[in-house]
Amino acid sequence: MRILAISKRVLKELLRDKRTLALIFIAPLVVLALLSYVFNVNTTNNATVGTVGVERVVRTTLDDNNHVSVKTYKNDTTAKKALTDEKVDAIIENKAGDLYVTYANTDVGKTNVTKAALQSALTKNKMTQLAKAVKTMQEKLPAGRQVIQSSMSSPTIHNSYNYGDGNSTFFDKMMPTMIGFFIFLFVFLISGMALLKERTLGTLDRLLATPVKRSDIVFAYLISYGIVAIVQTLLIVGFSVTLLHVEVAGSIWLVMLTTILIALVALSFGIFVSTFAKSEFQMMQFMPIVVIPQLFFSGLISLSAMGTWAQWLASILPLKYGASALNTVILKGGDFNNILGNLVALVVFIVILSVGNIIGLKRYRKV
Amino acid sequence: MGKTIISLNNVQKNFGNQPVLKEANFNVQQGEIVGLIGPSGAGKSTIIKIVLGMEKANEGQALVFNTQMPNRELLNNIGYMAQADALYDVLTGYENLYFFAQMNGIKKAVIKNEIQHVSQVVELTEHLAKKVSGYSGGMKRRLSLAIALLGEPDLLILDEPTVGIDPGLKRKIWRELYHIKEAGRTILVTTHAMDEAELTDRVVLLLDGKIIADKSPKELEDAYQVDSIEAVFLKAEGEQ
Repeated sequence: MRILAISKRVLKELLRDKRTLALIFIAPLVVLALLSYVFNVNTTNNATVGTVGVERVVRTTLDDNNHVSVKTYKNDTTAKKALTDEKVDAIIENKAGDLYVTYANTDVGKTNVTKAALQSALTKNKMTQLAKAVKTMQEKLPAGRQVIQSSMSSPTIHNSYNYGDGNSTFFDKMMPTMIGFFIFLFVFLISGMALLKERTLGTLDRLLATPVKRSDIVFAYLISYGIVAIVQTLLIVGFSVTLLHVEVAGSIWLVMLTTILIALVALSFGIFVSTFAKSEFQMMQFMPIVVIPQLFFSGLISLSAMGTWAQWLASILPLKYGASALNTVILKGGDFNNILGNLVALVVFIVILSVGNIIGLKRYRKV
Repeated sequence: MGKTIISLNNVQKNFGNQPVLKEANFNVQQGEIVGLIGPSGAGKSTIIKIVLGMEKANEGQALVFNTQMPNRELLNNIGYMAQADALYDVLTGYENLYFFAQMNGIKKAVIKNEIQHVSQVVELTEHLAKKVSGYSGGMKRRLSLAIALLGEPDLLILDEPTVGIDPGLKRKIWRELYHIKEAGRTILVTTHAMDEAELTDRVVLLLDGKIIADKSPKELEDAYQVDSIEAVFLKAEGEQ
């Protein structure tokens, strides 16, 4: 089996290259840890809040807040549906005087805005009530103590979160996309470099002077880097869950499946791009063109807010599908069917690029 | 004897608009050692690439073992030693040999014996466990040659095989090449070393993509009325 022999060789080379190993396995962890630290700062956001049976006066004060708009729902079923459909970022329900707040919490910024707005709305409300109470107190002085007592009692707020908890930060929202991005980035770089090295050192020519099939080489690279991707994913996901306290709402296996596909796309992409590079330095030059834009259009910044051209551009970038699948599984606990479309898109990228790579090797041997 | 192993008929090759090989005609018979000589850029590597099927002739016909090249399956009967040492640095000599043996489709049962044999020929047996990154230039050349010898191919194509190899070992390698020739196998070798060209059965002299002579070293020296291939070479270059 030539394919296995080549993939074994590629892995052997990789295992003996300590610096590359560190780059592929340790670097993503370091960068993610730094990101986690840096982004544990919350940002300003606008949120839409759905309310059920909440006093008019509270709603108005909430709506007066620049960052919050309020929608009223008749019952909690419609409100909850709106929450799952991502029409609102939180719902506030009034149950027997207490407020029950459910946050989608996929965007921690929005959760925090809502929390702060609700808090200040209630405080404002209390102040108005207090003012009224003081007025009545002056009128009915003997019963004053009682009145103050009753008007001072403001509703208790009960918070619950669809994803994560009150400690979730901006980082948690970025995390799935970042996992996808770093796997893409490092596999892209290293696989592209690996084939480039084979080309510039002449081993590719030498290899093609044996009866090996061109497809054998491409598949062997897919297998060996597929294995690398599995280890890398285990490390990154394990590190994120245990040390960075990121919660995976869905199945960890779906996360693995998605990241392996991302790695294979990155690999095929790296090999494909490397055929246009003459040196390692030129390979690096492709990074800002090929890799960085993928991050911008990966859904980190809401795509629906962008122009049609940007959405069109995003749809031809593989990371968008990978990030979307990871977001669905990690943040929303989506199952296989929820991400099937994205996975299929990734497979299509792998197939197209692999076929391109097999044909591309014709440059070095005509058969 | 007498079977034609390589046959180039009116082969023309252009890179872009630049012709690098013009109407190349030559044959290599079974059991021959044919030397391809010429200054760099004359088209030696292009001929080798066409014979290996890595490049396709724009015009004309390139037959190896009576089969039109390019042909992938045929490559397991051709041993190739490239001009640049195409070796995997982080692997040991043994691992390099083993890998290329697998690529050539040599049966697992005989791979070990094959490796032992070829590494003896190039005197690398004691260095097989070392990583190639620790090899000297000459050792790398020898390992490349050993890889080409794997599997006893019927045709050997050697691109500058003895550059950087000390004279003693060079003689030993040539002795092995004669063994190969006597076993009825065929060798096409490019060289800059004129003393080596004189060891071949036939010399094909290339200049600017044209074959200007295709004779035995002796005939060539007679034709140009000089006493060494080197002088033939200089004279031919001067006449151009």
